Amino acid sequence: MSRHHISVTINGKIHAADVESRLLLVHFLRENLNMTGTHIGCDTTSCGACTVQMNGTPVKSCTVLAVQADGMEVKTIEGLAQNGNLHPIQEAFHEKHGLQCGFCTPGMMMTSSALLERNPHPTEDEIRHAISGNLCRCTGYMNIVKAIQYAADNMAEGV
Amino acid sequence: MAEAKVESRVHGLGHSRKRVEDARFIRGQGNYIDDFKLPGMLHLDIVRSPYAHAKIKAIHTENALATPGVLAVIDGPTLQKYNVHNMPTLMSDIQMVLPIDTVKYQYQEVAAVLATDRYTAARTAAVEVDYDPLPVVVDPFKALEPGATKVRDDKESNHIWHWEWGDKDKTDQDFNEAEVTVKENIYIPRIHVASIETCGCVAKWDAVNTHLTLWMTSQAPHAIRTVVALITGHLGLSEEKIRIISPDIGGGFGGKVPAYPGYVIAVAASIVTGAPVKWIEDRTENLAADSFGRDYHITAELAGKKDGTLTSLRFKTIADHGYTDAAAQPSKFPAGMFHICTGSYDFKSAFVEVDGVYTNKPPGGIAYRCSFRVTEAVHAIERMTDVFAQKIGMDTAEIRMKNFIKPEQFPYKSALGWEYDSGNYPAALRKAMDMIGYDNLRKEQAAKRARGEFMGIGISSFTEIVGAGPSKDFDILGLKMFDSCEIRVHPTGKAIARFGTKSQGQGHETTYAQIIAEELGIPAEHIKVEEGDTDTAPYGLGTYASRSTPVAGAAAAMASRKIRAKAKQIAAHLLEANEEDLEWETGRFFVKGSPDQGKTIQEIAFAAYTNHPQGMEGGLEAVNYYDPPNLTYPFGSYICVVDIDRGTGEVKIRRFVAVDDCGVRINPMIVEGQIHGGLTMGFAPAMMEEISYDENGNIHGANFMDYLLPTAVETPKWELGETVTPSPHHPIGAKGVGESATVGAPAAIANAVVDALAHLGVTTIDIPITPRKVWEVLNVHGATLEE
Repeated sequence: MSRHHISVTINGKIHAADVESRLLLVHFLRENLNMTGTHIGCDTTSCGACTVQMNGTPVKSCTVLAVQADGMEVKTIEGLAQNGNLHPIQEAFHEKHGLQCGFCTPGMMMTSSALLERNPHPTEDEIRHAISGNLCRCTGYMNIVKAIQYAADNMAEGV
Repeated sequence: MAEAKVESRVHGLGHSRKRVEDARFIRGQGNYIDDFKLPGMLHLDIVRSPYAHAKIKAIHTENALATPGVLAVIDGPTLQKYNVHNMPTLMSDIQMVLPIDTVKYQYQEVAAVLATDRYTAARTAAVEVDYDPLPVVVDPFKALEPGATKVRDDKESNHIWHWEWGDKDKTDQDFNEAEVTVKENIYIPRIHVASIETCGCVAKWDAVNTHLTLWMTSQAPHAIRTVVALITGHLGLSEEKIRIISPDIGGGFGGKVPAYPGYVIAVAASIVTGAPVKWIEDRTENLAADSFGRDYHITAELAGKKDGTLTSLRFKTIADHGYTDAAAQPSKFPAGMFHICTGSYDFKSAFVEVDGVYTNKPPGGIAYRCSFRVTEAVHAIERMTDVFAQKIGMDTAEIRMKNFIKPEQFPYKSALGWEYDSGNYPAALRKAMDMIGYDNLRKEQAAKRARGEFMGIGISSFTEIVGAGPSKDFDILGLKMFDSCEIRVHPTGKAIARFGTKSQGQGHETTYAQIIAEELGIPAEHIKVEEGDTDTAPYGLGTYASRSTPVAGAAAAMASRKIRAKAKQIAAHLLEANEEDLEWETGRFFVKGSPDQGKTIQEIAFAAYTNHPQGMEGGLEAVNYYDPPNLTYPFGSYICVVDIDRGTGEVKIRRFVAVDDCGVRINPMIVEGQIHGGLTMGFAPAMMEEISYDENGNIHGANFMDYLLPTAVETPKWELGETVTPSPHHPIGAKGVGESATVGAPAAIANAVVDALAHLGVTTIDIPITPRKVWEVLNVHGATLEE
């Protein structure tokens, strides 16, 4: 198995490592770097629990190789809060009861925070389509949608 | 009985308190099973059978063992040396941990690879297994035919058991004399909970201290501890040497109640190697091998009068249990609570029969957000009520109103022997009808039908049965189905409370504290709630079947009341008053007539450690093991409106109103969240989810591309309403709510679809109601439209 030297900027910090070519980004984060906030739910790009942002775009890290992240900026759930202040999407999920078991939550927040970056005022339909690659078995999505709307409103007001 | 009230100062009952557990989850700091990493930890992965039925001729381990990093391959004969190759099921059957010579379903565990890292362990293909395929039987009706392929060599036939309940003679007589009878075959397909976190564990055997710690995805850690002790007791692994810890669980829904082979293999591997061993399922293993739900083939009949009065019910069911009867259900009845099937209606007689059948499929049967077959019961009665109404030309709301058990009939003894605690069924249906504008919808439907547009309105007025359970009817291996709460009030008036249950997203850390806050007047934010560690929590039977609030929630109230009784003695001592002269207000005892003279619970707590009466034990603690006197009976009325595309067969849910009555609501925000999720897990099997098999036993639905979970796009926008009818026997009047919506929703959807097609003569359609299925019905009736 060939090994590769990669350098990935994760939540603003550079992580250099020698990795096997088969190593998945999600395992690089979870096993090599002990960043366990990114979860694994299906291994087939279906559930979205492993969603992280790569250069600002949500990707499912269970089907991205670590070597593909070489030179990229990766943001994970651990990087959402800044200087101890929660990101508005984190506040919103708490405020609107947008989570129950919490397992899909990091991926759901990485997808929705990326949505709000590119579309600060999404309609409900746009929100529902944006998170349709993130499965949640607990909430029925109602309060997740409300949370994303709430975060959009707060970000617009600069709260 | 308690009325719901908002005690905002202490965040007690009725307060939509924000969740305590969110703090870690929104930061990605939850502790789920796969997040555990111990020094020297090994990884275990499982070799699974490609065949649904086969002899194992040989297992070749040489190539696997030659792989760098692979330490061992464990197979059935390895475990047989220690007599742990089989394990007992709760239904007194046998489940293989690893097979000795035969596999009975596709994806069954065959062997396990133990390696230093998860990628190496995952190379299970390096273990080469020679199989000799055997004939397969997947259809339970064929399995019962003479000469059918026998699934089990140790049994006479594929027939597991026959169970019947009710008065057969009276029921037959009522049917013979009835003015109207109806009959339908209803299949409720096999489905899977598919929690987003799969199952897994980390087993750590400490050979020096002969102690096992097992971190695992279990909804019932204490029960698992006892089961492990029973399975492995002959190896010296007795119960005090076993610690089960359920960390944060990423969804359970019943799928994390059973003891799966993977857990047992991981324990064995840790004992053999002396190293910690991690086993985490992948999604295919989870869907193809873990406990399923439903798979009931029901022949349902109702009898009644032309005026719409229902008199008698007769259900005959074939239950497909897979290769072993491993339904994780603790009732004394083989079919669980299926005999709640008279539902919300006042039947004079009823008789049910169920036959359990072996097939070449994985075992299970009850795991899908449901209190032991109540969903099957509700679906059948709610569908059949519509079938009856359709036959006599009666409105489906009217037939329900006519046959409801009346509010004044509670407590009500059903024809099949259950004692319903409380209910007001007409009020819930009336409210749902008002919310959705029922009468106008019927007018709209008639107008649309006249111009060839198909629209349907479906009602489900379900009654649930939860809170297992009273020990006369429920036990697990003889263990009574109580649950527990232990409260310790610290000297500064703060508290820790521990429970025998285990949240998987229900928010126990938030809501249990609210019950105690209400009872003791200690603010909820000063009460820490802990669950899931068998070394610290009092014994309890776990969280499933909507039992946490009915049972452990009751224990919280009762333990609080014990503490309050002692607090009163201390207050009397401090105030130099007689106990009978003291009155309680939230958080404080005071002298009757002198409200200024009082002691707060915090002052009393301090005195319990510093200045308690002579002769009294110090401290302020209590534990309660609550054996509920009865089950609770949450209910509700759901109304669904659908529009059908005659070109494609697609069903669009236009509106869905859900009025739930779960008694007193502890935290309305969390209750509504539970209902949203429950409705979505009712919508899922009604419209999308099914695990089926081809004739060779190959599974259809072993990944999320074949087994479709609803996304945010398909999921309807739920509209909620409530009525509150407290449970008269529960200390705070609560009934439980986690599963009501999953139980009640499928029938409302199916009824709406059949209602849309009723004028064609359609009387039934099985779930999941896919566009293809609807299109085929339309096509048979010449009712399709070209786009």
